[in-house]
Amino acid sequence: MNIFVLMKRTFDTEEKIVIQNGKVNEEGAEFIINPYDEYAIEEAIQVRDKLGGEITVVTVGNEDAEKELRTALAMGCDKAVLINIEDDVEESDQYTTAKIIAEYLKDKNADLILAGNVAIDGGSGQVGPRVAEMLGISYVTTITKLDIDGGKATIVRDVEGDEEVIEVSLPLLVTAQQGLNEPRYPSLPGIMKAKKKPLDELELDDLDLEEEDVAAKTKTVEIFLPPKKEAGKILQGDIADQVKELVTLLRTEAKVI
Amino acid sequence: MNFELTKEQQMIKDMVREFAEKEIAPNAAKWDEEAYFPVEVFKKMGELGLLGIPFPEQYGGSGGDTISYAIAVEEIGRACGGTGLSYAAAVSLGASPIYYFGTEEQKQKWLVPMAKGETLGAFGLTEPNAGSDAGGTRTRAVLDGDEYVINGEKCWITNAGHARQVIVTAVTGKDERGKNIISAIIVPTNAPGFTIRCNYDKMGVRASNTCELVLENVRVPKENVLGDPTKGFKQFLYTLDGGRISIAALAVGIAQAAFEKALQYAKERVQFGQSISKFQAIQFKLADMAMEIELARNMVYKAAWLKDKGKPFTKEASFAKLFASEAGFRACNQAIQIHGGYGYMKEYGVERHLRDMKLMEIGEGTSEVQRLVIARQLGC
Repeated sequence: MNIFVLMKRTFDTEEKIVIQNGKVNEEGAEFIINPYDEYAIEEAIQVRDKLGGEITVVTVGNEDAEKELRTALAMGCDKAVLINIEDDVEESDQYTTAKIIAEYLKDKNADLILAGNVAIDGGSGQVGPRVAEMLGISYVTTITKLDIDGGKATIVRDVEGDEEVIEVSLPLLVTAQQGLNEPRYPSLPGIMKAKKKPLDELELDDLDLEEEDVAAKTKTVEIFLPPKKEAGKILQGDIADQVKELVTLLRTEAKVI
Repeated sequence: MNFELTKEQQMIKDMVREFAEKEIAPNAAKWDEEAYFPVEVFKKMGELGLLGIPFPEQYGGSGGDTISYAIAVEEIGRACGGTGLSYAAAVSLGASPIYYFGTEEQKQKWLVPMAKGETLGAFGLTEPNAGSDAGGTRTRAVLDGDEYVINGEKCWITNAGHARQVIVTAVTGKDERGKNIISAIIVPTNAPGFTIRCNYDKMGVRASNTCELVLENVRVPKENVLGDPTKGFKQFLYTLDGGRISIAALAVGIAQAAFEKALQYAKERVQFGQSISKFQAIQFKLADMAMEIELARNMVYKAAWLKDKGKPFTKEASFAKLFASEAGFRACNQAIQIHGGYGYMKEYGVERHLRDMKLMEIGEGTSEVQRLVIARQLGC
C-alpha cells in the first residue's frame, strides 16, 4: 500500500485566540497537528501495519510545520514532505493548498490518501475532496470505519449522526471523522527514531508551479471572534403569556423565525 | 549558549504533558486520598518508553538525554506528585545504578526489563539510623562460599512493593583504616527471608509506593554485587547526585501546577468589585512564584546538561534540588494563601501540592544536607 496523509498544522483552539490587525496572532498561540488529521495518521498507521506498505505525511506550510511532521513520524509514519510556500505565496486558500497537494500527488501512484474531515481553524473541509477531484479518484468524507480488502474498501461514514456504509474501489481518498480511532501518543523510541526518518522539503518550483497557478480563489474580508455570551432573559407571568412573549421575541429580537 | 529545547525535547514535553493530563491528572486526587499506586499507568508509561528515557537502545532504553528525562519528570509531577516521585525513583534510583555501575550481565538481566518498562526496581539505602550518614549503615552482607548472606533493615524505600529487585547497600568489611566498606547488592524481592511492608501513612506523595524492608539471612549469589564491591559508597553518592536532578524537576512540576491553579483562581475570584489578580498583594505573590519556578527550572536544565556533557554536576544538582524544593514550597504555600479558605479545602486540589512538596525538601538528602554538599564543593 502506498499511503499518503494530508496534515495541517493549526493553532490549538482550546487555547486563547487573540486577533490582531484582522489576523490570528500567532505569537502566543500553541500549535498542534489538526486533531482530525491525527485520526487520519492513526488510521494510516493501522492500515500499513495490517497490509504493509509505506506512509508519507504531507503538509503545505512553512518551516515551523517541521515539528508537527516530526511528531507524525514519531507516531509511526515513514516519510514526511514539507511543501514550503512561505516565500512564494502571499495569500492562500483551500484551492491553493489542494492544487499544490494534487500537483505533488499526481505521479505518486497513491493507493490510499487520508486527510482530516475538517481543520479546526478554517473548518471548511475542502482540501481533501478538492484533491480527490483534481486527481480524478473517488473520495468518501467523514468516515468512522475503514476496512480494506484487496482493491476494495468498505467504509462507514457519519451522516449527521446516522451511518452510511459504502463500498468503493482503490485508489481512494478518505477524510477522518472523530470516532474513527484513538490516536496513539508518539512513543519515546518513536520520537528518537523520527530524527533519522526522511523529511523532504519542496517549493513551488519543484512542482513546476507558478504563484499564479495556485492563486487563492477566495478573499478573506474579515476575521472576528464569536460574540461573548450574554446574560439570559427569564420570562415572567403565566405560561400562556410567556409563550406569546417568547414567540414575539424569537420573531423581533432574535429574528430566527 | 542556547536556551531552546531541541525538537525531540519539545516533542517529549508535548507528549508527556498530553499523556499526564489525560491519564494521570484526572485521578491524582483519588490516588492521593486512597494512597493508591497506579500500576496500570506505569505499564502505559513503560510502553511509551518513558521508563527508559536516559538509557541507550542497546539496553532497552529510548536513547534520550537527562534534560528529556527531567522534562518528563516535571510534566508527570505537574499532574501528580506521588506518581512523579515513583517515576523519578524508578529511573534514577532503580535503573540508573545498574546502568552506570553494573556488569554487562547485570545490565542484560536487570536493566533491560526496567528500561522497557516491564519491571520496576528500587534502591535501598536509608535505614532507621542511617540516611545521609552512610557511615551508620548497619545492614551487613557476609560472604559464605559463593553467596552473600544479608541481614538488616531499610526504611522509606520507594517502589519496593512493586519492584522485581532492590539494590541494597550493606557493610561487607573494613578497609585498612578500619572504615566500613559498603557494597551495593542486587537483591531479588522474592528472595527467602526478604520481607517488604508498605503501610506507611504519608503526609504527601501518597500515590507513591513506600516500604520498609527487613532482610533476615537473605542469600544472593555473589555475582549480584553491583560492579566493584569496594565502591558502594561512591556508587550511591553518584546515584544520589543524579537523583537530585529528578527531585528538583519534580519540585518544579508540582510548583508549576500550584502556580497555574493560583493564577487561574486569582483571575476568576472577584472581591471588592474586581478580580483579585488586580490587587498588588496578589500580583506580587504570583510574580515571585513565576520567577522562582523559572529560575528553578533553569537550574534543573543546567545540572542535567552538565550531566549529559559528562562534566561534574554534584554542586549544580544540589543547587537545583535545594532551590527548587524550597522555592516550590513557598509557591505551594502562597497558592493556598491566594485561594484563601477554599485553598484549605481538599476540593480545590491546592493543599495536595503543599503536602507533596514537603517531601522534596526531605527526600534524597534534606535541605540541610544539600547545603553541606554545596559547602563541601566550595572547599569548606
